[in-house]
Amino acid sequence: MGAEVVIEGLTKSFGKQAIWRDVTLNLPPGEVSVMLGPSGTGKSVFLKSMIGLLKPDKGKCEINGVDIARCSERKLYETRKLFGVLFQDGALFGSMNLYDNVAFPLREHTKKSETEIRNIVLEKLELTGLSGAEDKLPGEISGGMRKRAGLARALVLDPEIILCDEPDSGLDPVRTAYISQLLVDLNAQIDATILIVTHNINLARTVPDNIGMLFRKELVMFGPREVLLTSDEPVVEQFLNGRRLGPIGMSEEKDSAQMALEQEQADAGHHDGSTEDVRGIVPQLQPTPGLPERQGAIRRKDRVVQVLHTLPEPAREGIIASLTPEERRHYGIPEPAVTAGGRTPAHRGNLPAGEVADLPGSPAWPGAEQSAPTRPLRPRRGGA
Amino acid sequence: MSARTATVPGMGMLRETGKLFALGLDIGRGIFQRPFQLREFIQQAWFIASVTILPTALVAIPFGAIISLQFGSLASQLGAESYTGAGSVLATVQQAAPLVTALLVAGAGGSAICADIGARTIREEIDAMEVLGVSAVQRLIVPRVLACMLVAVLLNGMVSVIGVLGGYFFNVVLQDGTPGAYLASFSALAQLPDLWVGELKALIFGFLAAVVAAYRGLHPPPGPKGVGDAVNQSVVITFLLLFVVNVVITLIYLQLVPPKLG
Repeated sequence: MGAEVVIEGLTKSFGKQAIWRDVTLNLPPGEVSVMLGPSGTGKSVFLKSMIGLLKPDKGKCEINGVDIARCSERKLYETRKLFGVLFQDGALFGSMNLYDNVAFPLREHTKKSETEIRNIVLEKLELTGLSGAEDKLPGEISGGMRKRAGLARALVLDPEIILCDEPDSGLDPVRTAYISQLLVDLNAQIDATILIVTHNINLARTVPDNIGMLFRKELVMFGPREVLLTSDEPVVEQFLNGRRLGPIGMSEEKDSAQMALEQEQADAGHHDGSTEDVRGIVPQLQPTPGLPERQGAIRRKDRVVQVLHTLPEPAREGIIASLTPEERRHYGIPEPAVTAGGRTPAHRGNLPAGEVADLPGSPAWPGAEQSAPTRPLRPRRGGA
Repeated sequence: MSARTATVPGMGMLRETGKLFALGLDIGRGIFQRPFQLREFIQQAWFIASVTILPTALVAIPFGAIISLQFGSLASQLGAESYTGAGSVLATVQQAAPLVTALLVAGAGGSAICADIGARTIREEIDAMEVLGVSAVQRLIVPRVLACMLVAVLLNGMVSVIGVLGGYFFNVVLQDGTPGAYLASFSALAQLPDLWVGELKALIFGFLAAVVAAYRGLHPPPGPKGVGDAVNQSVVITFLLLFVVNVVITLIYLQLVPPKLG
């Protein structure tokens, strides 16, 4: 089972400039979480603080009971071995070829023989679609390949916590979908806790169990995906829809005059940048058929049902609708009126929660759901 | 950034100095931590030697020459020609050799180290290594520092030999000095501790050059241009530091070791 990450009151500033204040959240073991936020809100800084590369000013970040911000150097290096981190640019060692890059953690931390190392490395390279590129230097391959190689290197030690800094930036939508599927499959196989920092809405809607959002130097919200996806919070709504209308401006914040002007323009028929309303709960990406069920998802169900009464109405409905009748009986929850009847027990590949907020219709393949099948393309990447 | 947070003038400089010392201590500790990165050490020693040997030899010849010429002309004015060899050997072994070595180790070796580490830093390679649970200081910096120290000591020996040979050549050929007198007076003033202190200086200079280069490389100003600036600064800082340290060591040495003709 993956490690639990407990973050309390984390605050970071560079000089006088505060990056974010008082971030408190809990990454439940084995679950996939996504951290959203406009560019420049310190998402990468947040990741780096979690692994002790940057020292937060205040607060603590506990992994398996070890406070990363305060522990001794020896403890820090020990704890870091639990992490697999994918940096934005892959951060491969420029002087080594891909094979040596991926083999590096194994050679440093394990006493495995070269034959064993070879097997593991080739397996991870195949997993990330890099077979045959072992001898290439990082300078000789494309950004997407570097990113995938970085992921392969992050995975060789079978980490308990995987942190991904924008796994989708610089990748085309298809490869992003594959990376998303890869992360979900990994989670099913090794039950690692995963945190993805991104601003890819499609990934944020389909992959995680929990979503958080950083804006205006603080954590706007963090919770089960249903909560954020159905949220009325203007910042969240604007961000999910990729609109210009809303509190987020070009330089992070907007004044009210600018907001009023944009509203006026939009009312007069000026395009606001979004293509469709993508709020609402979409089906979550499931592991590839044949893989074990995600233990994290099972634990999450227990966890979420327990706090169900504290969640906002739309999120609650969404969660109840995603449960099978047996599960509802198990938890003692009455059948929801909206979707009652006609539902078969959910199994892998089925789309349990989809009908609540969306029009019926099944996607062509996982990771490419569209909330409104009549519309041509996905909201953010759509070229229309 | 440190300049902005500084409230008292000079605070930023003090902070940087403090961090430099902290890195020096970390390196000192890293030297004794296992596993020792032998492969990296050999590669780096070879690399630093390969970029410094030729320029050092080429600088050593004229350096030995000017010392010898200057001292030769001075000695002949005072009527002490027989001491020409003694003086130039002393100056070469005790002062010129460690300084020439240090300048080249800092200029050629240190700048290469700084550029290498700096490029790795801005490409997040150092971060990635730290995150993989490998200490960058222990894995990358310590072998480089040790390599720099080793090469500095070896180069110092080479510069001493070439400098003395150069001095001999110019004194004998250009100043009509007598070869016999030059050689005979070799040990008139110079003594073995002079060679030891020269080697010790080279060792310390090699350490300083590498630590400063590594420090600037690990904390470059942002952006690719920052790495260039860092390399530039590292060379300048090292030069300043070396001359100050040289004065200190020389003073201590002159106090501790009695001159031969005392």
